[in-house]
Amino acid sequence: MNKAGLFIICAVIALAAPTAAQTQRYNLGHPATPEKIRELDISVAPDGSGLPRGHGTVEQGRIVYQTLCANCHGDRGQGATHYPALVGGQGTLPSKNPVRTVGSYWPYATTVWDFVHRAMPYPRPGSLSANETYAVTAFILYLNGIIDEKAELNEATLPRVKMPNRDGFVGDPRPDVPTRKLNK
Amino acid sequence: MKRRRLTRRAFLTTASATLAAAAIPSASSQELGEPPRPYGERSPFEQSARFLPPSITPASSYSKTPLQDMFGIITPSGLHYEVHHSGLPEIDPGTHEVMIHGLVDRPLIFTMDDLHRLPSVSRIHFLECAGNSGGEQIGRPAANPQRSHGLLSCSEWTGVPLRTLLDQVGLKPDAKWIVAEGMDAGRLARSIPLDKALDDVLVAYGQNGEALRPEQGYPVRLVVPGWEGNVNIKWLGRIHVVDRPFMTAYETGHYTDLMPDGTARQFTFVMEAKSVITRPAGGYQLSGPGFYEITGLAWSGRGRITNAEVSTDGAKSWLDARLNEPILPKAVTRFRFPWWWHGKETSLQSRCTDETGYLQPTREELVQVRGLNATDHYNGIKIWYVHEDGKVGHE
Repeated sequence: MNKAGLFIICAVIALAAPTAAQTQRYNLGHPATPEKIRELDISVAPDGSGLPRGHGTVEQGRIVYQTLCANCHGDRGQGATHYPALVGGQGTLPSKNPVRTVGSYWPYATTVWDFVHRAMPYPRPGSLSANETYAVTAFILYLNGIIDEKAELNEATLPRVKMPNRDGFVGDPRPDVPTRKLNK
Repeated sequence: MKRRRLTRRAFLTTASATLAAAAIPSASSQELGEPPRPYGERSPFEQSARFLPPSITPASSYSKTPLQDMFGIITPSGLHYEVHHSGLPEIDPGTHEVMIHGLVDRPLIFTMDDLHRLPSVSRIHFLECAGNSGGEQIGRPAANPQRSHGLLSCSEWTGVPLRTLLDQVGLKPDAKWIVAEGMDAGRLARSIPLDKALDDVLVAYGQNGEALRPEQGYPVRLVVPGWEGNVNIKWLGRIHVVDRPFMTAYETGHYTDLMPDGTARQFTFVMEAKSVITRPAGGYQLSGPGFYEITGLAWSGRGRITNAEVSTDGAKSWLDARLNEPILPKAVTRFRFPWWWHGKETSLQSRCTDETGYLQPTREELVQVRGLNATDHYNGIKIWYVHEDGKVGHE
């Protein structure tokens, strides 16, 4: 092999080595400041991390609900043809006609807060304040008999609410149908 | 407006040329055609379209791919299925950013220019909505491939491996999951295990050789190969690296399958091996006894398809179909099967096997295990019925 060939092989190895490494860095992207992260980070975990400070009562939630939610979900959360019921269905999950609602199915109260805050009310998602979200979450949980009419929810009490179907979920057992080998 | 006029004129010209050709051969055959145009459109004779259900909440709805009209394995971008929950956002790529933060050493924000500069890959993968063909499971078979299986499409995706982006921010030891979030009005978010994020997930900006369509997440989305459509977050704006799933609405209240005993499965990410005959299929009219090529699609979220079989005699016998190259992991594979119709009533069905050895089950086998309350992640065999008059239907 001549020198030029050897040089090319060495150059290829030198160029290839960094891409083979698992943690190649390219110095692209700019730092996300704590302020920027606070501005964009709206996610809430089941232990309540991510919940902003705030509070709302069932009574306050009743007003928010009647103003912004009842038009689609019904005045008592019963739903309508094209809009899901938010209330009812507890005890129906093993039946032929299960009714899956926030009350009967959703395992975490924090999920209700997170979803209402980011995606509701349907025509104007994300328009509720933190206090309005605590309030309307409280009202929906009250309609489901999960919290008391006098209750107030805040960033400390919401994660402690135990939902009726909290333990109703199991892992994915698939493949769940006996795998047959082809018979030829 | 100009393009619309051109198209209409092209149609009239072509139509009159056809008529004239029949009446007075060659009289108008030398008229000049249309000049080139900056962005091509299909022939006005081609009318295949997505199916849109009537909806009183059109911003939270879906459209289905006309599988019966498709050739090959790539879905034209304009016919790719879509499901969205808060409408299509219009996003300026010049200002769009993707932020990665949480359990990382260096939280970073990437512009679209940053993403385009990073090492990229192109891969062909299917996307399938978890609810695709769910009506079949509960005993409401749909009348044609579009209605029964049209929440399935397959594209070539180009982008940056998510692993590359996670290398840029550096993962802390307790990082176990990510929460990916879209910048649609409802900020749709899903939790994805870190193992998958580091395996084959793409942060994609390209679809079939051009930029993503808005319906598919323009300017940038996640492609999570083989997993239910909903986790393939569109209009990606934020990746939060965390130590556990955040239990968002679309991984608790929805896309969890309710079993007969009242428990529900979570997380049911993988779309299992499935196939469907797309032609001749429901809605097709056989024009008489004789030769027809049967063709369809097979796919598996666990890898490559290794076999597709067709039965034309009510599942009494199964014969191997020919698999068309390329056969790619977590992509649809086109199969073809020669068939002579003798003019009698029969049924047509397909089943596939993937590289794990898993054979697509019948509906009855699935219902026995999963009951009738689960409608997501259904992958049973689809049967088309051929009637004596040549009509093919779902019953």
